[in-house]
Amino acid sequence: MPPRPELPLRRKGRGRFLYAQNRPKDTMDLSFVILVEMLYAVASLILIGAGLAVVFGMMKVINLAHGEFMMMGGYATITAVNLGVNVFVAMLIIAPLIVGLIGLVVERLVIRHLYGRLVDTMLATWGLSLFFIGMTTMIFGNTTTGISTPIPGFAVGGYQINGYNFFIIVVAVLLLIGILAVLKTTRAGLVARGAMQRADMAASLGYSPDRIYMATFFCGSALSGLAGAVLAPLVGLVPTSGGAYIAKAFITVIAGGPSLVAGLLSSAGFFGIVSRIFTFAISPVIGEVALLVAAVILLRLLPQGITGRFLTGRL
Amino acid sequence: MTGSLSRDVILTIIVSAILIWIMPLMIATYTLTVLVIYGMLGLSLGLIWGFGGILCFGQAAFFGLGAYTYAIAAINIGESTVPIILAVLVPAVFAALLGAMMFYGRLTDVYLGVITLVVTLILFKFMNSTAGPQYVIGKARMGGFNGIPGFQTLNVPGDPDAYIWGDAYFYVCAVALAIVFVLVSALLRSSFGRIAVGIRENETRIALMGYDVRARKTVLFAVGAAIAGLAGALFANWGEIVTPNLFSLSQSAEIIIWCIVGGLGTRLGPILGAAGLAYLKFLLGQQSMIDNTLIMGLILVLFVLFLPRGIVPALASLWRISFGRRPLGRIHQVRRTRNRERTGG
Repeated sequence: MPPRPELPLRRKGRGRFLYAQNRPKDTMDLSFVILVEMLYAVASLILIGAGLAVVFGMMKVINLAHGEFMMMGGYATITAVNLGVNVFVAMLIIAPLIVGLIGLVVERLVIRHLYGRLVDTMLATWGLSLFFIGMTTMIFGNTTTGISTPIPGFAVGGYQINGYNFFIIVVAVLLLIGILAVLKTTRAGLVARGAMQRADMAASLGYSPDRIYMATFFCGSALSGLAGAVLAPLVGLVPTSGGAYIAKAFITVIAGGPSLVAGLLSSAGFFGIVSRIFTFAISPVIGEVALLVAAVILLRLLPQGITGRFLTGRL
Repeated sequence: MTGSLSRDVILTIIVSAILIWIMPLMIATYTLTVLVIYGMLGLSLGLIWGFGGILCFGQAAFFGLGAYTYAIAAINIGESTVPIILAVLVPAVFAALLGAMMFYGRLTDVYLGVITLVVTLILFKFMNSTAGPQYVIGKARMGGFNGIPGFQTLNVPGDPDAYIWGDAYFYVCAVALAIVFVLVSALLRSSFGRIAVGIRENETRIALMGYDVRARKTVLFAVGAAIAGLAGALFANWGEIVTPNLFSLSQSAEIIIWCIVGGLGTRLGPILGAAGLAYLKFLLGQQSMIDNTLIMGLILVLFVLFLPRGIVPALASLWRISFGRRPLGRIHQVRRTRNRERTGG
């Protein structure tokens, strides 16, 4: 079996926070840095989970190829940037569109036939994830690629903060507001929510669930592509990068429970903060392990997810 | 489930004896050994998933745990008999604890999948990070990403210098697989096995009949883990190194693909699926035009879409249609006589 390196989300270039030569005596700076790091951890979990949450929340389909959708979003961005496109255009427009279209094809060819068969969709999408890994390896080769972060870092007291962290936090906040706004205020959101609760009722009112699912899957894939693209400058991208995302996305969404935005926000908040506390206290590896252990404990205590017990009925 | 256990045992012995005799003539024993080991690993998931209805996304965790337990114990003890036993027991105990946590919490399908997946990932991440000299168990250094090489491989019990390797090792593995197969058959024929299948079919009904579903699922889960652990120990002996890749997601994915392709709910399916696909992968590894992962993924998708029951059940029903007794014909006959009675009577 060929070794399959699973890269952690590792920062390229500018470090997480470089300890300055003169040790800072001001704990204000440190607490600000920690606050930003916490927010960043929560925001990246929200980004990673959003696409999967839309697909799972709406259609009860677990897309195990989600990580590969993100990986393809990253590759789309890097390819576009190398072709001379502005990096923000590539990240925010091109990557979501391309991955959304790939998702559309996947939905029509595979997932459409498996609605209502939860385990089968998981298996089929796992197959798809392997397929996409193989495809990407054949096209781009099994080498690490990447682009540099487009926003420079800056110093807070004795610490260096990656400016790109703020961008990710902003994107995550806008994303949540956007999802909420679409679901609450637009007609499409209303129809989608209706189909989510009672597909047969929506069908009898003249909306085709098939179309709605198709559109939802497109949106979910596009969100995955967006997340992969936005996180791409922070990681060295290899075809197997998706594996680093899928478990986190999976547990964030499952632990979040049935409500889309509230679940995503609460579980991303919980896991992000837990992992950061352990990262600061002990080491990054322990932080990752703590996240996973927290997930196991949380699921044991709240098998329906956080919003299955609390905040029920919210979006 | 027709026929008796003794008939099953005799059939297994005859077929496996023929296979053990013929197969080395076609494929090198070094490759065959790993196919046999993968077959055992496939059987372990086939037992708990196909008959118990427990979809475990982390069977690789028990496989890796078995391999690591063997390696660490073998370095410390310097003889292979006790490590092999430990490699069966440690994953079984671990699975019993994990299973008790999950089943007594009444977690089902997706949540079960998440937890087993996450536990595998924890082990993977932890084993990868154990590179420093402070990670030592007895005399064995964990070695992080590089794994543990250079442990005592399988020897004749009681004689640490009489190594079993090469062709002899293949025969040991093949016989082990046959024994495990017979034990699994016996388990499935026992009342425990029948109730396990009942739990798969309708958990509530079995619970209402007064059986303790949670305890039974936990035990079945532990048995599956024990088989996976044995496969892991045999794999460690075959590869003579254990690395964290044994815990990887792709390893877990592969076990699931074997079961799906071979056929769930059969004993033979997962073994054939594992050996067949592993051999296919071995053949594909010799060319570089098409990526291996791509083909594995495609196979999984196509099977889920078009042959979700797997090859062995499909072949079995084909056999029944072509050669077997026809229950369908009898129904027609009954209907015909009944019609005759109604019209002619």
